Amino acid sequence: MAVLSMKKINICAMKKDRKAVLEELQSLGAVEIQTDGVEDDVFKKMNTATQRGKYEKRVANADRALEILQQYAPESTSMLDSLKGRREVKNINYVQLVEDRRRYNGIVKNIIDKDKEISNLNSAISKSELSIESLRPWVDMDIPINTSGTKHTDVILGSMAPGLTEDMIREMISSRQPDIQGYDVKVISTDKDQTCIFVIALKNISGKVEEALRSEGFTRMSFFSKRTPKDKIEKYRREISEYKQNIQSLSDEISSYADNREDIKLLSDYYRIRADKYQVLGELLQSKSTFVITGYILEQDSAKVEKILNERFSLMVEITDVPQEETAPVKLHNKKVFASAEGVLNSFGLPGKGEMDPTAPMSLFYIFLFGLMLSDAAYGLIIFLACAIILKKFPKMDEALAKSIRLFMYCGISTLVWGVLFGGYFGDLITVVSRVFFHHEVTIKPLWFAPLDDPMRLLVFSLLFGLIHLFGGLALKGYMCLKKKDFVGFFADVIPWFLLIGGLVLMLMPTELFASIAQTSFNFPGWLKTTSYAMAIVGAAVIVVMSGRSHKNPALRLALGLYDIYNLTGWLSDLLSYSRLLALGLATGVIAQVVNQMGSMVGDSVFGVIVFILVFIIGHTFNLAINMLGAYVHTCRLQYVEFFGKFYEGGGIAFNPFREKTKYVDIVDQK
Amino acid sequence: MTMGTVLALTGAALAVILAGMGSAYGVGVAGQAASGVVSEDPSKFAKVLIMQLLPGTQGIYGLLVGFIALSKIGLLSGSPAELSLNTGLMILAACLPIGIVGLVSGMHQGKTAVSAIGIIVKKPDQFGKAMLFPAMVETYAILALLVSILAVNGVPVN
Repeated sequence: MAVLSMKKINICAMKKDRKAVLEELQSLGAVEIQTDGVEDDVFKKMNTATQRGKYEKRVANADRALEILQQYAPESTSMLDSLKGRREVKNINYVQLVEDRRRYNGIVKNIIDKDKEISNLNSAISKSELSIESLRPWVDMDIPINTSGTKHTDVILGSMAPGLTEDMIREMISSRQPDIQGYDVKVISTDKDQTCIFVIALKNISGKVEEALRSEGFTRMSFFSKRTPKDKIEKYRREISEYKQNIQSLSDEISSYADNREDIKLLSDYYRIRADKYQVLGELLQSKSTFVITGYILEQDSAKVEKILNERFSLMVEITDVPQEETAPVKLHNKKVFASAEGVLNSFGLPGKGEMDPTAPMSLFYIFLFGLMLSDAAYGLIIFLACAIILKKFPKMDEALAKSIRLFMYCGISTLVWGVLFGGYFGDLITVVSRVFFHHEVTIKPLWFAPLDDPMRLLVFSLLFGLIHLFGGLALKGYMCLKKKDFVGFFADVIPWFLLIGGLVLMLMPTELFASIAQTSFNFPGWLKTTSYAMAIVGAAVIVVMSGRSHKNPALRLALGLYDIYNLTGWLSDLLSYSRLLALGLATGVIAQVVNQMGSMVGDSVFGVIVFILVFIIGHTFNLAINMLGAYVHTCRLQYVEFFGKFYEGGGIAFNPFREKTKYVDIVDQK
Repeated sequence: MTMGTVLALTGAALAVILAGMGSAYGVGVAGQAASGVVSEDPSKFAKVLIMQLLPGTQGIYGLLVGFIALSKIGLLSGSPAELSLNTGLMILAACLPIGIVGLVSGMHQGKTAVSAIGIIVKKPDQFGKAMLFPAMVETYAILALLVSILAVNGVPVN
């Protein structure tokens, strides 16, 4: 339950060491470097965009090569792979790769080039296929395509509108040029797009014939080849199969690099790290022969980092407290159970300046409320086992993900406990199965009570849990006030609300209204009644007087105080919001009952058992999924709106140290 | 079959129909937005799917109340009770909150979910906050559900 203490670190070193110092800091991964330094006459920022761009290009190339490899030599991936986490690479292998990087760069280049060649070949293939398509209508013509004619005749090849016959074409020519003779027309083929024709004419009239044809929409054939159409098509076919063979051998070559996949991943990460380094380098302030790094460091790391830097380089390290006007980044540290809820806190916002880390109390409430909303022993057991197995099987999982799964594991236990208390095991599965299939009804008695039989009772308890949750939030506000030594705030903003709300609740309890809801009546002794009135009145009075205390004008101050009393409605709606605990708990149970009832409708027979099992699996999977989502969302809401609303604002920025940010591998020191 | 039973059955039907319509609309519009996101960035699938499902709960609440009402009338066990006109009207009235609020809140939650999906596109790390806005709308469906359950449960059937 703590925000780790942060220090400010200033390093001043020789410019010649700048890359070495940065690399050291990067591999230590303990310092968040500030990049908002302002240039002046002495200190300038260096432009590193070119080098950075170079390395980013390399990263992109390596990633592209991996993509291509995945395409030609697919690596089997499954949903669970994302849980495995990054591969660990020993430092020595990493150094080895860095030495050999030229070779691997060559491989990357090779893969990309080969892929380019393949795509060129592919486009050549489609071009040839297109040519084959357009030659196909001419396949019956048995003279070379570029035949121009004989000594006295010209040959005209081309296409016209579809559906024409030889007679129709002659008609067209003679209607345009009635007085010419000495030509012949032959239709080679006709289809729905065009009529391919062969025209032979005496040299002296061929121009006129073509002109007549042109005005009827004739276009000359666009191929030039000394082969016949059939041979030409054959030639294209041979080319295509040759291209295909080439593609095959190229893709085999690419596949042969599949063994280098891991090296390429490492290479990509290597360049990623270098690109990062140059980015930071470009943000540093440098004078002629020195440079300055300012940043944040965890107090616990500061001595170690200072020592390492001083041993390696001649430089000056200064570690100071974070100045008042600066907002330090935040890093949380919690015990294992509490840390599991850090993801939930992160989604809302890290503690802002001067705020405490509410993870620990929140995680307990989270687990408690989640279980109450889902409240089915069997579901709880399933969630617990699934999460426990995943955690066991994938120990190297991404840390944030592992934390969330651990949280759900604890929530599973809580769900199990609530399920036993309320007697829900897949809803009323045991009752239904024993009645329908064994003809002897067995019911497992709930340890506490069944919510569906007595919803009002659970409603009252839901509101009670809500009151505890809200008072917990208010108590934390008080704790924060005390820690900041804001005693006035503690006695003016926290205590009176406890008195007012507590007094009002105590006043409500003996009334008939409450008795009709809770179905039990309380008879308070006279002194307790008096106390409750006193609490409420004192609380309200302090709020009226104190809550506008920042204003000097007494009338305004009282008016603001009265207005603050209006916040009672806020408390009321916050409290009623906890009725969702009842509603969602009932929803799980009732839908489970609907599923069981539907399954059992066929009755006791072999077919009935099969139907029951099918409905059981589908129905309960659905119910578990939808209600888990509901429980997750609404538990978050109760934390964010009702609980945090009482004391917590968030708005902190996460500590993001300069480190070796990798995508594929984790580089670990050799041990 | 008495008029009372008919009215009670109408109530159960209305709870399922109206709340289901609200959810169908809500999940529908949210699904359209989610499809748009996934077409650009498939890695956001899980997050937008959760957003799409948020307005789906009203339909389930409607089903829940409908089911409790049906079992109250005895239709599920095959021996429907002969309800008086008054009792039937009472069950009908008890079903209305989740029906009507489910319809309206389902539609609005759907629209809010669409906007929340917009947050996920631009700021994927703000998932928690994005989820909160549609969940706010749901509060009213839950309140209606609560009243419907308590009321259906509380109507005396002879």
